[in-house]
Amino acid sequence: MLRFLINRLMLLVPVFIGVTVVAFGFIRVLPGDPVEVLAGERGVSAEKRVEILANLGLDKPVWQQYLTYLNDVLHGNLGVSVKTNRPVVEEFFELFPATAELAICAIIFAVIIGVPAGIIAALKRGSKIDQGIMGISLIGYSMPIFWWGLLLIILFSNTLNLTPVSGRLSFLFDVDPVTGFMLIDTLLSDEKGSFLNALHHLILPTVVLGTIPLAVIARQTRSAMLEVLSEDYVRTARAKGLSTFRVVTIHALRNAMITVVTVIGLMVAILLAGAILTETIFGWPGIGKWIIFSIFARDYYAVQGGLLLIAITIMTVNLIVDLLYGFINPRILHQKNKS
Amino acid sequence: MNHSAVSSKSTLGQQWQEFWFYFSVSKTAVAGLVFLVLVVFVALFADVISPHEPAEQYRQFAKLPPAWKEGGQMQFFLGTDYAGRDMLSRIIHGSRLSLLAGSIVVILSLSIGVLLGLIAGYRGGWLEILIMRVMDTIMAVPGLLLALVLVAILGPGLLNAMVAIAITYTPYFVRLTRASTLSELNRDYVTASKMTGASSTRLMFVSILPNCMAPVIVQGTLSFSTAILDTAALGFLGMGAQAPTPEWGTLIAENRDLILNAPWTVTFPGIAILLAVLAINLVGDGLRDALDPKLKRS
Amino acid sequence: MALLEIANLTVEFATATGSLRAVDGINLSVDEGEILAIVGESGSGKSVAMLALMGLLPWTAKVSADSMLFDGQDLLSMDDRQRRKIIGKDISMIFQEPMTSLNPCFTVGYQITEVLCQHFGGSRRSYNNRAIELLHQVGIPAAETRLNAYPHQLSGGMCQRVMIAMMIACQPKLLIADEPTTALDVTIQAQILELLIELQQSHGMALILITHDMAVVAETAEHVVVLYAGQQVEQRSVKELFKSPQHPYSEALLNALPERAQEKLLNAIPGVVPGQMDRPKGCLFNPRCSYAQEMCRQQPPELRDGILCHYPLAMPNPSMRKDPDLDVRTQ
Repeated sequence: MLRFLINRLMLLVPVFIGVTVVAFGFIRVLPGDPVEVLAGERGVSAEKRVEILANLGLDKPVWQQYLTYLNDVLHGNLGVSVKTNRPVVEEFFELFPATAELAICAIIFAVIIGVPAGIIAALKRGSKIDQGIMGISLIGYSMPIFWWGLLLIILFSNTLNLTPVSGRLSFLFDVDPVTGFMLIDTLLSDEKGSFLNALHHLILPTVVLGTIPLAVIARQTRSAMLEVLSEDYVRTARAKGLSTFRVVTIHALRNAMITVVTVIGLMVAILLAGAILTETIFGWPGIGKWIIFSIFARDYYAVQGGLLLIAITIMTVNLIVDLLYGFINPRILHQKNKS
Repeated sequence: MNHSAVSSKSTLGQQWQEFWFYFSVSKTAVAGLVFLVLVVFVALFADVISPHEPAEQYRQFAKLPPAWKEGGQMQFFLGTDYAGRDMLSRIIHGSRLSLLAGSIVVILSLSIGVLLGLIAGYRGGWLEILIMRVMDTIMAVPGLLLALVLVAILGPGLLNAMVAIAITYTPYFVRLTRASTLSELNRDYVTASKMTGASSTRLMFVSILPNCMAPVIVQGTLSFSTAILDTAALGFLGMGAQAPTPEWGTLIAENRDLILNAPWTVTFPGIAILLAVLAINLVGDGLRDALDPKLKRS
Repeated sequence: MALLEIANLTVEFATATGSLRAVDGINLSVDEGEILAIVGESGSGKSVAMLALMGLLPWTAKVSADSMLFDGQDLLSMDDRQRRKIIGKDISMIFQEPMTSLNPCFTVGYQITEVLCQHFGGSRRSYNNRAIELLHQVGIPAAETRLNAYPHQLSGGMCQRVMIAMMIACQPKLLIADEPTTALDVTIQAQILELLIELQQSHGMALILITHDMAVVAETAEHVVVLYAGQQVEQRSVKELFKSPQHPYSEALLNALPERAQEKLLNAIPGVVPGQMDRPKGCLFNPRCSYAQEMCRQQPPELRDGILCHYPLAMPNPSMRKDPDLDVRTQ
């Protein structure tokens, strides 16, 4: 197990270095003078300019600058946001729980509906139900989610008045941020009704962000199930006299989940990309909205830091999924131990 | 399976017939293809088909609802936006930009990706390691985010958005092509052409490349649809095509504030995106089933 | 009364190109504690017939029979729920590919105890000792530690032993073994076969052995059914069949045995079993039959005394067999 973990970590090292190069290069290749870009519209005098250059280490050769940057990164120093004057890392981790909460809810939504839908489609292969489920999931897969979000706002918020339009919690409530996860924080606080309010705010963003993962999971579950159901061991399970329910949920699903978990792992990148759009539409104070804001505000240290931290988040989640994969699929673990 | 044995000897025409036989099994794939052809037609003849100039502002007709709604007019069939521009004409002209964006993204990422993949698979060594690690790095960042950052460097605009999106799609083609190249390299026909003294370039492009095209074509179709989605998303975020260009995503963004007053200005461009992407995905699914011999009989 | 009685079993598959008859009117009868062998080449419908009996065919298959009685119960009229009470308990089946027939995600212990829980209730843990005992019975060393092993950690022969342990766990009255040794190494094949016979005798269960190997039939079975292209061409006691096969196909199968080869070359049967598309007119075996007459090419034969042939080989004439191209009856 440990060797497996180390193996995976070793594979991540070149990618990590690659991402730091991209993040470092990002600021270097920005059009215009770096000092002026960083100073914004205020402009600087000639002496100040040299001072800033020296401060930033920009007077040294590029490779030295990169090593300095890498050293900073490894020490958790990602620079300071020009707009807020706060360390980028601090800002990121303050906003991260909002995005994590949304992404987790979206993936739960996608799994809870997508996996059963995929199983049913596989079991009823070729039937009207199968065609219906696959048709709907293809529509979901083709959905421009920023438009889908607006459409849901028109329908549920404006016409039916069922859900709030934006934010995480009504201003009427005052909840202390303990974990940063609004659902947990509102439960911990003594504000009555705040939990339901937070839940209300979550519904539409969750549906919007979860739509594409839902479609992908339903399609992948179906094809994985179809493959597994034709395996010899499923026939063996049926020959044991087990009920269809048990054959499907214990023997087939366990094997099909190996594929599905991999797919869910790949979802993380899609979720974070989707979070940029979803958070923009729903005014959700998370990483996605922050990155977009930083790009427009030309807050390049924030963009650079955000890029790096998001890549690290994805790598971490993928590592966890890899480990989980080894856990569900006994073959992987034993193979790695032998080699 | 004596069917495939025959087809390997057959001419291109027969191969095409066989392909069409498998493709046309799926009614939905054919329906998608028909719709796609329609969209291409509309895009090609946008100037002739669209009832108005896309940028023409009929100020007195601003925010007119679609023709079938109360207060709608036949001449503005899908209504007008805040400046009185005809939505239908803007959507028709938008199809040009979306199809163009999709094609350019696919052509760029496919040709670069296939080339790099071939080189990586064929040459191996440090070059392969370098190419694959760079691709891993690109894949480590969510596509849309990387595209946004690239556009921030290149400056907003449709062309830059296309280039940025193409870069984020390249790794998928590299990986696919490298994997197929590696498996093709061990085949007897490659050894045979090596023995006849074929040059590396000839081997790469004439012997190996055509045999790894099937998965690349399927990936290309899928990329085509996601490219349209991503271009629209960048347009929506204000980093792609800039107003007043009638790009579908940009149309939604510029009318976003009207979502309560004039919801049709947001609804119809979105439906256009959805239908176009759906049609391409239907064709993509059909292609995959027709080209993948493993799934042929199921 | 026989333990298993099957009359006129027919299985058809709905395929894209029309319906395919995989099993065509098979009659079987197995007594308690008897070993019956079913022989035939690949594609002759041996496995399909037994899977139909177990109810394990996909929904595209249409199973029909005049009767299908097991232990006095009618398997045909039974619903799935009732059938599942019998399957795995009183009738069980082991398969050709032991490596893929065990679920890769569960331990050996889990898969054995599961079948016991299913049919006798109780917790899986309570059956641990029973599972160890079963593993001992099928000759797996260090059975206690094997309970926690996953199938991929075992060899093919071991997997087949686990499969057997799993399928005899509920003391079945009938065990169907579908080419249990085909996928294994030659050295292991004999061991597994020996094990099956030993268990059959000690448990007093009936055994249906599906095989394409006449040598296996000779060593084990009492009765044999010969199938060709889904049809039952001959059914007799093994002794009689080996002494004087009456169907040309049975004879050809026997002649294909290495020990019967009189020259250096083995007597292979020319051609292959006809498929859905190339069914011949008349007797299905006629294109490959060295005795075929005009009648055989025109009319399908009828079953007489358990033999499906227009011209059964009445008296075997060893001198004639030296040249299979010679037609015995025209001499």
